[in-house]
Amino acid sequence: MVLFGIFVASAGADPFEVYQTMYRAAFGTSFSWQNTLVRAAPLMLTALCTALPGYLGLIVIGGEGAVVMGGLFAAIVALTMPTAPPIVVLTTMALAGMLAGGVWLMIGGALRHYRAVNETISSLLLNYIAIALLNHLVTSTFRDPESLNHPSTHHIGEANMIGVIPGTDLHWGLAFGIVACVIAWFLMNHTVFGFASQIAGGNVRAAQVAGLPVGRLILIICCVAGAAGGLAGMLEVAAIHGRANDTLNANYGYAGILVAFVARNNPLAIIPVAVLLGGIRASSGLLQRTHELPDATVLVMQGIIFLVILFSETLYGRFAKLQKQGAA
Amino acid sequence: MEVGWWGVLIAVLGGAIRIGTPFLFVSLGECLTEKSGRINLGLEGTLVMGAMTGYAVSLHSGSPWLGVLCAGLAGMALGALHSWICSFQRVNDIAVGIAMMLFGTGLAFFLGKPYIQPSAPRLPSIDLGGWSDVPQIKAALQINALFLLGIVVAVLLGWMLKNTAWGLKVRVVGESADAARALGLPVDRIRILSTAQGGFLAGIGGSYLSLYYPFNWSEGLSSGQGLMAVALVIFARWQPIGCLWVSLLWGGAAALGPSLQSVGITGGYYIFNAIPYIMTLAVMIITCSPKRTLVGVPRELTVTR
Repeated sequence: MVLFGIFVASAGADPFEVYQTMYRAAFGTSFSWQNTLVRAAPLMLTALCTALPGYLGLIVIGGEGAVVMGGLFAAIVALTMPTAPPIVVLTTMALAGMLAGGVWLMIGGALRHYRAVNETISSLLLNYIAIALLNHLVTSTFRDPESLNHPSTHHIGEANMIGVIPGTDLHWGLAFGIVACVIAWFLMNHTVFGFASQIAGGNVRAAQVAGLPVGRLILIICCVAGAAGGLAGMLEVAAIHGRANDTLNANYGYAGILVAFVARNNPLAIIPVAVLLGGIRASSGLLQRTHELPDATVLVMQGIIFLVILFSETLYGRFAKLQKQGAA
Repeated sequence: MEVGWWGVLIAVLGGAIRIGTPFLFVSLGECLTEKSGRINLGLEGTLVMGAMTGYAVSLHSGSPWLGVLCAGLAGMALGALHSWICSFQRVNDIAVGIAMMLFGTGLAFFLGKPYIQPSAPRLPSIDLGGWSDVPQIKAALQINALFLLGIVVAVLLGWMLKNTAWGLKVRVVGESADAARALGLPVDRIRILSTAQGGFLAGIGGSYLSLYYPFNWSEGLSSGQGLMAVALVIFARWQPIGCLWVSLLWGGAAALGPSLQSVGITGGYYIFNAIPYIMTLAVMIITCSPKRTLVGVPRELTVTR
């Protein structure tokens, strides 16, 4: 915080005022809270993309690809059923999005298990392939001719959009995010499946000796993680944009990785961290207007905050799981 | 003169050099860093920062080469910062890399806002195609001096890693930190130096982007090229010379789409853009196997486990 203050001051703005503005923009009023929470929802889901494989000791950074694929297929599915009632459309969209995201990350998991391809690299490559696929499809087969210089699919129709929570501007995506985090927490900490995963993450050999199906665990967990990312993409389409285009690729995936690391892969901790980061992102616009600071200021701040948090890991000594990987 | 399909081939070769050069520098930098047993995902930020610094310095001083140097120094600073943070206990270098990526790109965008409009002096290119009358060949053979420098660095780095005491130290630290400590080598210092040097190279790669091709400074300048370096180094089996071939292959694959477009094949433009990624993934699938570890992999590297 102090570091960022010095940074802002060197750029010619009063650091205290900047913090005030940021606070106001992120958490000050009910409007800004909503703004923050809207941004936090996809972060929760994309953070799960990294956090769940993290239980197995895998470092997956394919959240971005899962978001893109989820959003893309959700939109395509919605467009193929123009006459169905909204509730059916939305359910199908969610399923399609989750399936697309899940299968996408599962490719990485499968490659890891069967070919020992490093999952960090393969999920990174898959991100770019997903983005290329999205761009290809929205400029060719599924292009809305009216979207002239910004290729998009057709709009899925207002009726099929996810509504807002009554009395607020918040859409239901937030609820999905929180529920998903809670479910993930329950799954990983209170079921046999979660226990097995933690063993496999701690020591693969021990897990194999104990007869655990490590390969299947990897596949399932990657699939579930991808499904969370796909759901985030579907929500972006269904609640905000109404169509699939390159705005899907808004770096929620990469920000989600940070959230997961800071939350130490704990699904419950993801919720507050995502809200914090959502707040920082939400304050970007106001900061730009009131202090004439470039929007990149927020990026710098994110970087500094996370560097400091990661730095402080060395003081806690709680990063045992990832550290064990490093020292083994 | 009608060149037709030959034109495609020439354009791909030219593109291999033009698009491959920044990859060459970044992957060489990453190669050195990884040889010392650390991974730097923050090179993406370093690249952007290098591009911005190079452009700004070149604009103010009028000398593009000074810009290249300063870009390298900026990269070095970021590399050193990354490595310094990573040298503490229990700090995950991949996470720090991502934070550094945000920090580097953010800082570059922040400081680089005033430089989006004005145009800086460009790096000169060497005309190897003067003998030809065909404009395509001429364009393809305009080679930037940085590419030649990159070849020199690749050969030199390869030689040094293999044959010098310094190279041996880096490799020992990368193979086993415990063994290195037993030999009395300062593990952290060697890693910090390697990462800083890697950052220097990546910064130069960034300055190539802004000062030569595509020759401008904008916020969308580097689309994951720094991140890709991590994949390219694995592809190149941690060999500096391998980095050279891989970068050229990558550049050629990336140039395929646009050059096919020039002969009238326009469909699937974005799919062609994905070719380098698909190619890398395919090669990794073919060459990796659960039965054996990769040849040349530094054992201390977390990504390969």
